[in-house]
Amino acid sequence: MKRYSAWSLFQEGLGGQKGWRPAWRAAAPKARYDAIIIGGGGHGLATAYYLARNHGLTNVAVLERGWIGGGNSGRNTTIIRSNYYYPQSIALFELALTLYEKLSIDLNFNVMFSQRGLIIAGNSRHDMETIARLIGAMRLLGVDVEEITVDEIKRAVPALDCSPRARFPVFGGYRQKRAGTARHDAVVWGYARAADALGVDIIENCAVTGFEKSASGRVQAVETSRGRIACDKAAIVVAGHSSVLAEAAGFRLPVTSYALQAFVTEPVKPVLDVVCWTLATGVYVSQSDKGGLVFGGGLDLYPSYAQRGNLPIGASVVGTLAEQFPGFGRIRLLRQWAGIVDVVHDSSPIIDETPVPGLYMNCGWGTGGFKAIPAGGWLLAHQIATGKPHDIGAPFSLNRFRTGALIDEAAGAGIAH
Amino acid sequence: MLLINCPWCGPRGEHEFSCGGESHIARPALASTDAEWSDYLYFRKNPKGEHLERWRHDFGCRQWFNVARDTRTHAIRAVYRMDEQKPEPER
Repeated sequence: MKRYSAWSLFQEGLGGQKGWRPAWRAAAPKARYDAIIIGGGGHGLATAYYLARNHGLTNVAVLERGWIGGGNSGRNTTIIRSNYYYPQSIALFELALTLYEKLSIDLNFNVMFSQRGLIIAGNSRHDMETIARLIGAMRLLGVDVEEITVDEIKRAVPALDCSPRARFPVFGGYRQKRAGTARHDAVVWGYARAADALGVDIIENCAVTGFEKSASGRVQAVETSRGRIACDKAAIVVAGHSSVLAEAAGFRLPVTSYALQAFVTEPVKPVLDVVCWTLATGVYVSQSDKGGLVFGGGLDLYPSYAQRGNLPIGASVVGTLAEQFPGFGRIRLLRQWAGIVDVVHDSSPIIDETPVPGLYMNCGWGTGGFKAIPAGGWLLAHQIATGKPHDIGAPFSLNRFRTGALIDEAAGAGIAH
Repeated sequence: MLLINCPWCGPRGEHEFSCGGESHIARPALASTDAEWSDYLYFRKNPKGEHLERWRHDFGCRQWFNVARDTRTHAIRAVYRMDEQKPEPER
C-alpha cells in the first residue's frame, strides 16, 4: 500500500498525478480461506481489518453482493455519538467513539471525523425529566454529556425555532461534545484499503446463496454466485438481509427489516455546525461539508426490503424539519433514499456465534450501525479469532432472547424506533 | 403510498393503518420450554418476498385483518379477515 501523506501528495503533484493506484485490489476468490466475512459494508470490512491487524489472521475474504459502500454504509446520516443508557451499551459505543477518534491515523485514510458536538433538545417538561435521568446515568459511566439551557441551544443552533409559540417548544436539552459526523464513504474505503494492504481479499459482485455444512453441522464452505469457497469460519455481517442469510444457514433471528429514510437538501452556506436532534419528533439534522442538510426521522413501520422510503413518512419527516427550522422550509430537497435496517426488540445489536458452529454474526444495529462500525468489527474479530466473546461484546449475545437478559435501549435511551 | 383494501371499509391510503407484524403466530402452551417461548416472543420469519402480516385500520373501523404483501415490491396480493384461512402460496 502506498501511504498517503503530505509528501505523497506533493510528489504526485509534481508527477502529474499519474502514480496513484486503486485503493484495493480487485481480488478473485481463492478456493479456501481461514475466514470469510459476508458483507462488504463498514462492519464487515472492519471485522476483516481487525482480524488481520489484531489477530494476525490474513487469509480472509470479504464477499460483497454489490459494491463496497453501496448498502447502508452509503445510506446513513453519518452521525457518531455514544449517548446510550445502559452500562453495556455505553461500553460498546464508547469503544466505537474512541476508535473513531484515532481512525484516520490508524487507517492512513482521512475519514473526516468532525467532533462538532451533538445537541439534543427536549420539548416538554417530561422530556427534561428524561434528559435528567439519561445524563445522570451517562455521566456516572464517564460519557461527556452535559445539560444545557434554552439560551445555550439558541446560541448553538440559531436556526431552531425556540420561541414560546413554536409547535415544538424547546425547554432545554443536553450536549455531547465528542459526538459528531464522519464521511461515511471514507470509513468504508479506508477500512477496505487498510484490510487489503494486510492481505485480505475484497471480492465485489459476489452474492452468497447458501452454506455447506460438515457431517457435524459445522460450516465448511459458502456457495456464492462466483462458485463454492471453502472456509474454516464465516461471519454474516449484512444488516437488513441478516434474516435471509440466517434462513439459508438454517436458523431464525429476532430481527425485522424496515426501510429507514434519509434526505439531503441542496448545498447552502454554513448554517448549522452541530448535529441537532429533538426528542419530541426524533428528527435529526446536520450540515455536510458540501453544505447539504442531511436529515432523517422515523422508520417506515412495516417490513420492507425495498431500498426506498414511503411517502407518508417522508412527508412527515420533511414537514417536521421545516416546522422546527422555519428557515429550512425554503431550501430544496436534493435527494431522498432508504436503507434496510435490522431492528431487534431491545434495539441492541447481536454480536455472537450463531447456532451453526463456525458461523458468526453481527447484526441488529437497527437505525444506528454507522456510529458503531469500529466496535462491531473489533468485537466480532475477537470472537472469530479466539472463539470466545470479548468482554464488551458478551452481553450482546443471541442467547439473551432466551434468557431474557435484554439490553432495552428502546426504552432506556429513548430510541424512537 | 400503499392502497390497502380494508375488508370492512374498502380501499384507503396507508396512513390510516398500522402494521402489527407477522400473522399466524400461535401462542405456545403453558408447559412450553424457554426456547419455545422465546421463539414465540421474539423470533420472526422476516422473509424477503411474500409476508403474511396483520394490519389494523386505526383511523377507520379499528379492526385487525391480514395482508399478504411482498416485502420487495410492497405489492399486496391478498387481504383477508382474521377468521379466514391464509391464501395458498403463489405457485
